[in-house]
Amino acid sequence: MAKKESTFGSMVVTLFLVTLASSAALGFVYELTRVPIANAKAAKKNLAIKRVTPEFDNQPGEECYKVPAGGDTIYFYIARKGDDTVGYAAETFSNQAFGGSLKLLVGFLPDGTIKETAVLEHRETPGLGDKMVKSKSDWSRQFEGKNPDEFLLKVKKDGGDVDAITASTITSRAYCDALQRAYESFKEGDKQ
Amino acid sequence: MKNFTKGFIKENPVFVLFLGLCPTLGTTGSALDGLAMGLATTFVLVMSNLFISLFGKLIPDKVRIPSYIVIIASFVTMVDLLMSAYTNTPGPNGEPSLYDNLGIFIPLIVVNCIVLGRAEAFASKNTVISSLIDGFGIGLGFAFALVILGSVRELLGNGSLFGLKFIEGDGILIFVMAPGAFLALGYLIMIMNKFRDKTA
Repeated sequence: MAKKESTFGSMVVTLFLVTLASSAALGFVYELTRVPIANAKAAKKNLAIKRVTPEFDNQPGEECYKVPAGGDTIYFYIARKGDDTVGYAAETFSNQAFGGSLKLLVGFLPDGTIKETAVLEHRETPGLGDKMVKSKSDWSRQFEGKNPDEFLLKVKKDGGDVDAITASTITSRAYCDALQRAYESFKEGDKQ
Repeated sequence: MKNFTKGFIKENPVFVLFLGLCPTLGTTGSALDGLAMGLATTFVLVMSNLFISLFGKLIPDKVRIPSYIVIIASFVTMVDLLMSAYTNTPGPNGEPSLYDNLGIFIPLIVVNCIVLGRAEAFASKNTVISSLIDGFGIGLGFAFALVILGSVRELLGNGSLFGLKFIEGDGILIFVMAPGAFLALGYLIMIMNKFRDKTA
């Protein structure tokens, strides 16, 4: 078969057919994966929330309220068991981390006590700042069961109650900053 | 057969042709990430080679490149959709999912010059069968290079391989960070060149 000539007509028709076939194929794959993608995202969110809150039986990913803080928004997910609210998961952040921004998920019990914390996103140095991640060290466990009203969320160097990570004071400060922001928003959200 | 094996040593896209170095450096923090990236690229390469060798003769020369890019981009988008649906489950301790680890590098397969290079230099001039074999060969050669680089970096930097830890402690941290990618790749190319000189 001879190579097609590049005339205006043949080029327009070719490009039209190529893009038509591509978009049809993509539309088909999109339809096929739409539900699995949504499920995977929801499962991911609920899985993260499960790590920081007491056991729940609702879909906290879908029950959410927002509190504006520090030029951004903090999302609170409500964990319920039966008719009781057992805890809240706050998606909080700090822009003062060593690698720029840091995103945490903090679980609060209804009285404001921190249940557990988990790192969602970070760019801290491997081996130093990333000790805040639970799989690397137990550092972040010191916040568990503490109420920020009595437990001052500042590193000891700044007059608080938090043991900083060795050689990663900036990361530790950012972690406290994110927790403090979540706690303040939690109080504020309570009033509303 | 020669079309298949050339991708591993003689025309290995990473170690010999130095093509597609951006994903090579960016996604080889661990062996598993490297393998996944290599396989995703192989899929795109095989499918685009197949379609371009099938329809290449019907595409006028002047709109050849845009048509190829549209075909390649479609397959890349499919891979991206499929991966976000099926590889987006985080690990038990909240480790990022495979899809999160590869991140922007999956959509970036579309600008990987290996894919367009094979379409232009091989698939548009050869038969369907040999284009398919070429796609598999080059793609798996790319995956092979990424797994080697990922394994070296993971082993030195983290003391583990495919996530299985067998050396306690932190390892040489620089190897899992960006500069380590350049260092490891440089040494691997050096070893590869030594090896090729002997066989050539």
